[in-house]
Amino acid sequence: MIGEIDPVIINLTVFVLAIFVGYHVVWNVTPALHTPLMSVTNAISGIILVGAMLAAGPAETDWGVWLGAAAVTLAAINVFGGFLVSQRMLEMFKKKEKKGNA
Amino acid sequence: MSANIVALAYLVASVFFILALKGLSSPESARRGNLFGMVGMVIAVATTLTLTQNWPLILGCIAVGGVIGAIVAQRVQMTAMPELVAFMHSLVGLAAVFIAIAAVNNPVSFGLPEILPTGSKLELFLGTFIGAMTWSGSVIAFLKLSGRMSGTPIVFTGQHMINLLMALAMVGFGLWFFFSETTNWTAFIAMTAIAFILGFLIIIPIGGADMPVVISMLNSYSGWAAAGIGFSLGNPMLIIAGSLVGSSGAILSYIMCKAMNRPFLSVILGGFGSDGGTAVADSGEQKTYRSGSAEDAAFLMGNADSVIIVPGYGLAVARAQHAVKELAELLHEKGVNVRFAIHPVAGRMPGHMNVLLAEAEIPYEQVQEMEEINSDFSNTDVVLVLGANDVVNPAANVPGSPIYGMPILDAYKARTVMVVKRSMAVGYAGLDNDLFYMDKTMMIFGDAKKVVEHMVKAL
Repeated sequence: MIGEIDPVIINLTVFVLAIFVGYHVVWNVTPALHTPLMSVTNAISGIILVGAMLAAGPAETDWGVWLGAAAVTLAAINVFGGFLVSQRMLEMFKKKEKKGNA
Repeated sequence: MSANIVALAYLVASVFFILALKGLSSPESARRGNLFGMVGMVIAVATTLTLTQNWPLILGCIAVGGVIGAIVAQRVQMTAMPELVAFMHSLVGLAAVFIAIAAVNNPVSFGLPEILPTGSKLELFLGTFIGAMTWSGSVIAFLKLSGRMSGTPIVFTGQHMINLLMALAMVGFGLWFFFSETTNWTAFIAMTAIAFILGFLIIIPIGGADMPVVISMLNSYSGWAAAGIGFSLGNPMLIIAGSLVGSSGAILSYIMCKAMNRPFLSVILGGFGSDGGTAVADSGEQKTYRSGSAEDAAFLMGNADSVIIVPGYGLAVARAQHAVKELAELLHEKGVNVRFAIHPVAGRMPGHMNVLLAEAEIPYEQVQEMEEINSDFSNTDVVLVLGANDVVNPAANVPGSPIYGMPILDAYKARTVMVVKRSMAVGYAGLDNDLFYMDKTMMIFGDAKKVVEHMVKAL
């Protein structure tokens, strides 16, 4: 049966289920970490890098490939910037060592 | 690599992304979660690399982008996080547009038929217009948040009509693009251009106070843009990661709207906050308030059993976080139970105030959310309100008030309330705050940082 299904329907299935997963996981995120949540999701939306790599991928170089290369650069800024700034923020939420009080 | 192995690798990466979000449910597991996210990204990128031929070009571009991203992440001030996030949303949007144009130019390289079927054209249309609107909307949000553009809404007559007509024109060009036999560049470019302009027009009427909603909404858009491109390319990795981000941003927008008691639609239509800062004349009746000095306040807090500090964005503007931390430590040493109460819209983006307090090394156990702490105000000796206004305005409980129904921190229930403020001016909502005129309230006028430093000295 699966072979007869239009790939668009399969993509749609994946899409809808992923939204549900996202919905339930995100409601469990503690409000104190909503800013890091945003920077992490920012990094994850840098997944557009995958599409950009495909655009920059073909061996015969035309202007489309250069556009893809530009997209790769933009998406890479997102991926690195997003994960690293999240890391930096989350370090601040470390439990404080017992020095004096806290 | 076979298509099946690629798909399986993408599945593994997707699971890592879900674990990354799951990790954020508590500060203890959050760093591991972020690490999972990075692992997922490495898997996705490495897998995709096997499908491409231009390795030097691609890896070079990743290196350049990576270095820029790392520098930005290292240098950004925590107060500037909203701008950074808006900036990064804009990049996703622009990248989506570039990819869509490349796909229209050379569909075969993406594994699409030489002549694009209508279905693919529709998906490309969705990816492009969401991407374009994300880009231009985020640029405006970035300019407003960083103060390079005034936060006052830009409104003009017929605004909604113009937006509607442009949206219709965009759809019209889209239809022309779908039903053209060959690749119709004119229609595609016209449609993309309109989407860019529409992104600008939609964000300019939204005021500074509503920025937490806007930034969450654009977060959501950036995810949908990625998912849209995923549909066009038939790539499940983009669809899954994009939907995770899209739903996350949508939830945050909902939470922010709820916290401000504003219907989402009215935020989007804009115009709110245009009269922010103008006092509302209350039937001319002169209300009296009590003002005191930082020393008096320090004395009261030093002798209290419990103190709750309510920080607002004014605290961050005055850069008083570190002074506040000292104050909290001193009180703690005196045996006072000190806690911080955070309203969901205390900062410029969701959770912003928590990050600012964490940066000042205030232990997160002392920082509590509105629902956790609200019932404790009634048996608290002293509440210290620092640079917050609307979020402690009891008018929210009065039917007929413009902010009626907005969830507030019940600071007015405490035995003594102390408010540090520059003047008696009103907040974003343009409302007078009855809390300031209560008998148990003491106003302390001045710059938050200086006042808190005085308090520290007096203790």
